[in-house]
Amino acid sequence: MKYAAPTTIDEARALLAADGDAIVFAGATDVVPQMRGGRPEPSMVVDLKKIDRLMSVSLDGDTWSVGAAVPTSVLTADAVFTADFPGLSEAAGLIGSDQIQNRCSLGGNLCNASPAADSVPALVVNDAIAVIAGGGGERRVPVAEVVTGPGQTSLAHDEIVVCFELARPAAGTSDAYLRLIPRTEMDIAVVGAGVRLTLDGDGAVSAATVALGAVAPTVVRVPAAEAALAGSSLDDAALAAAAAAASDACNPIDDKRGTIDYRRQVAGVLTRRAAGIAADRIRTRNGQQGDS
Amino acid sequence: MSTTEAPADTGTNGNGASGYRWVGTRPVRHDGLDKVAGKARYAADLNLPGMLYGHILRSPHPHARIVSIDTSAAEAMPGVKAVVTGADFPEAPPKGATRNLMCTVIARDTVLYSGHAVAAVAASTRREAKAAAEAIEVTYELLPHVLNISDAMADDAPVLHDNLFTRGVEPRPTEPSNIAARTVYERGDVEQGFAEADIVIEREFSTQAVHQGYIEPHACVVDCDQEGKAVIWASSQGHFMVRSSTATVLGWDTSRIKVIPAEIGGGFGGKTTIYIEPVAALLSTKAGRPVKIVMSREDVFRATGPAPGAIIKMKVGARNDGTITTAKAWLAYENGAFQGIAAMLGCMCVVSAYTLDHLYVEGFDVVLNRPVNVAYRAPSAPAAAFAMDSVVDEIAERVGMDPIDLRLHNCPSQGDPTPYGPKWPMIGLRECLEAIRDSDHYQSDLPAGQGRGVATGFWFNIGEASSATVNLNENGTATVITGSPDIGGSRASMALMAAEELGIDPHSIQPVVGDTEVVGFTDVTEGSRATFATGMAVVEACRDLKEQLRKRAAKTWDCDVEEVEWVDGSAVHGPGEQEPLTLAAITGNAKRTGGPLGATASLNARGAGPAFSVQVADVSVDQETGRVTVERYTTAQDAGTAIHPSYVEGQMQGGVVQGIGWALNEEYIYSDDGNLENPGFLDYRIPVASDLPMIETCIVEVPNPSHPYGVRGVGEVGIVPPLPVMANAIADATGVRIGDLPLSPPRVLAALTAAES
Repeated sequence: MKYAAPTTIDEARALLAADGDAIVFAGATDVVPQMRGGRPEPSMVVDLKKIDRLMSVSLDGDTWSVGAAVPTSVLTADAVFTADFPGLSEAAGLIGSDQIQNRCSLGGNLCNASPAADSVPALVVNDAIAVIAGGGGERRVPVAEVVTGPGQTSLAHDEIVVCFELARPAAGTSDAYLRLIPRTEMDIAVVGAGVRLTLDGDGAVSAATVALGAVAPTVVRVPAAEAALAGSSLDDAALAAAAAAASDACNPIDDKRGTIDYRRQVAGVLTRRAAGIAADRIRTRNGQQGDS
Repeated sequence: MSTTEAPADTGTNGNGASGYRWVGTRPVRHDGLDKVAGKARYAADLNLPGMLYGHILRSPHPHARIVSIDTSAAEAMPGVKAVVTGADFPEAPPKGATRNLMCTVIARDTVLYSGHAVAAVAASTRREAKAAAEAIEVTYELLPHVLNISDAMADDAPVLHDNLFTRGVEPRPTEPSNIAARTVYERGDVEQGFAEADIVIEREFSTQAVHQGYIEPHACVVDCDQEGKAVIWASSQGHFMVRSSTATVLGWDTSRIKVIPAEIGGGFGGKTTIYIEPVAALLSTKAGRPVKIVMSREDVFRATGPAPGAIIKMKVGARNDGTITTAKAWLAYENGAFQGIAAMLGCMCVVSAYTLDHLYVEGFDVVLNRPVNVAYRAPSAPAAAFAMDSVVDEIAERVGMDPIDLRLHNCPSQGDPTPYGPKWPMIGLRECLEAIRDSDHYQSDLPAGQGRGVATGFWFNIGEASSATVNLNENGTATVITGSPDIGGSRASMALMAAEELGIDPHSIQPVVGDTEVVGFTDVTEGSRATFATGMAVVEACRDLKEQLRKRAAKTWDCDVEEVEWVDGSAVHGPGEQEPLTLAAITGNAKRTGGPLGATASLNARGAGPAFSVQVADVSVDQETGRVTVERYTTAQDAGTAIHPSYVEGQMQGGVVQGIGWALNEEYIYSDDGNLENPGFLDYRIPVASDLPMIETCIVEVPNPSHPYGVRGVGEVGIVPPLPVMANAIADATGVRIGDLPLSPPRVLAALTAAES
């Protein structure tokens, strides 16, 4: 097995184009355990962490650009980013452990294509765009379209996710992400739920997005839950309807991490709770702005 | 009694409790700095010139006949220096413990669990060894398998061993079965006991098999020379056990083998047996080079010892005043692929924390297609306590009595009969119950929304054989050599006992774990015996040395030895005509008074003191997800005397944490085809630090009269109460009693949902 550490995207793509068995990695926090667990070794591993653009975070006007290989600990430590996307930041801060978070990345979390990836529902509810470098230059696709199934992505062999673009949230907008694990860390989501809300001046929901992880082969947007929340004042009936819609949207499997029934039930609970947290964040921020 | 406030290193002050100067202090452990700094040498750290790497091929099937093994392709692969199969090992006897050990190390004609060792390769690199092992062609004839007790006990179950006939049944069965043995303990008349009862509670319980979860996988390096002698470096709970077991499996004379103990990275009972050393020895013999074998985590889960799962049916009667009148128990324990004594131990433990005039306890040891059981802290006792203490908790609720008061009301004392026969010696159950009752935790109000549970635990503890050699150095320091590996701070404990005897600072004592050729025979560390039994040998050797020191002083002073006393590390002349001689003064002058001073003691330690623990926990339960959070936990345990309180507390806390894991999340998940689906710490969920509150400790000291300092073993009993403690606390929080472990979020939520509808 060869190791390569290119410093440009073109160089990295050329390495992939020349070797159909080569794979890329960012933090390698999935790749190394997979190989130790019996995954056949590729002929080459291409380390993306030496490419500046994949390792940088910037705010240009109203758009964040987050390098695909940036360690998630950089994001959770970034106060401005975390204030804009508290749910995404907390999702990034749930992956593995502190040590893992010094290596793992949003790009790796997405392209590993685990149904249980914590950051993906949080990226999806924030309408994140993946910028993908490929043969025809760069293309921009919604994050929800990158993963096509467990371990499967829509990327061509020589394509690389470069960064994620996220629009700064509009006024009165915030997000939240919750996951259920039996432990408190070092675990993988049995169910994950991301919610983003926008509240109008009267406290009614003017926009809502809901996405679930670990309940289907890929991340699940839940339009019915979004519709239940939109226009509501987050009253119990609306929250219960959103929870029921989330449960209904699940297409889970029975496996060692959870049963179908359990995942359905908990998906609704976490959706309701995440909506409550997102709303509280908006109200808290509005209150602080009102005070100042 | 002490608390878990961060203790200072009080070892340098010499301020031990109970009138001792050093015993009861907390010096920094002698091996601590190396372990913290990453310098301690574990077996996998050793590399020898020319060393090869061994890889073991394991069965992918839970039950199959080995039709043939073709190693020719593997032998032709690059870097391969040796290949062995079961055929290279001596023939195993038809049945018994020797067969079980031999056939666990490597399968002969039948594989009995997925992960069973079948063949092995030694090659120049790990990668070559693995590739070659995978190139060995094994032809299997698949046999039907059984993975749980109910299936294995069924009349039409596939039978693992056609020569296994249930022991303890009259007349002896004519057909073989998976029920290896039936055990019965009875006293009085249970029907009379039920007739005397105001309430009778009958419940069924199940617990899952769990792994000891030591962080260090099994590892060894074996170097066999041309004359057929072997040196083994290994991580184990007893290097003399490694020597004798390896000799047994290979059919070698024990004297051909020397075992050098490596540091051990956790054992908890799981390293009281061997798996890889004979394989490495044969590979080394064939290749003429040293061979290292290090198990992967997956190997550890698939092929090393679980603690058994169990099914237990309890029927307990009590009067309205809280008096338990009788208990009837039916217990079945998994044994794994070969018969063991799990159910027998469960039978002995199940009602041990209670005084009963009438009892009937019946147990069944059951073989099935899983790795053979290995000890895990107080083996079999946790499941038994889970059953009994869950029912006792329900009785307390029904009769409206505080659960501690009810247990005090039924508490056995010295002289009462044990359920399994002999009378209780001096025990500290009552004192542990009182310690919890009086604890800040139990006296504090339960926060709103939480539930509180209490339970007890019992474990026998044992003595067995130990040896120690103590040498005094010319500068007045001492070297203490024992045959017990340092698993939980035993170097520090040995040094403290020697310091107390000799009257010198424990930091002037170098405790050493000696290999099989430098110290006398010492049994494997099990039954919480190291500080008790090996400590007894250290004390005996030190007392021998004190006699010698007095004689040297008498010789120096030209007086009768009876005029010399040993006080605080010095020889003191009784009549007061001489200035005291310090130990350093005597050793410095030893050449002129008769030569170096050293003493050895080898003994069978008698009178191990039974251990009891009582624990209380507060939990909160997320009613919508079933997730349980342990909010507060306090454990009281009778240590007899705490030689080094920090390591006593460490053992208490470690046992509790492992018990909480057993209660809440740990389980083996097998696929229908008998393969383990969670052979790693991601999906086999031992607790992580952030899952737990500080485990508060109350060391109870009811001295064991059989030990010079009153020591009882402390390593095991702490794991017993957490199973019922968690179940009882969850019942208190939710009103729902759950009899099946683990109490994982899906299980708890399902129970809450079922109770609602």
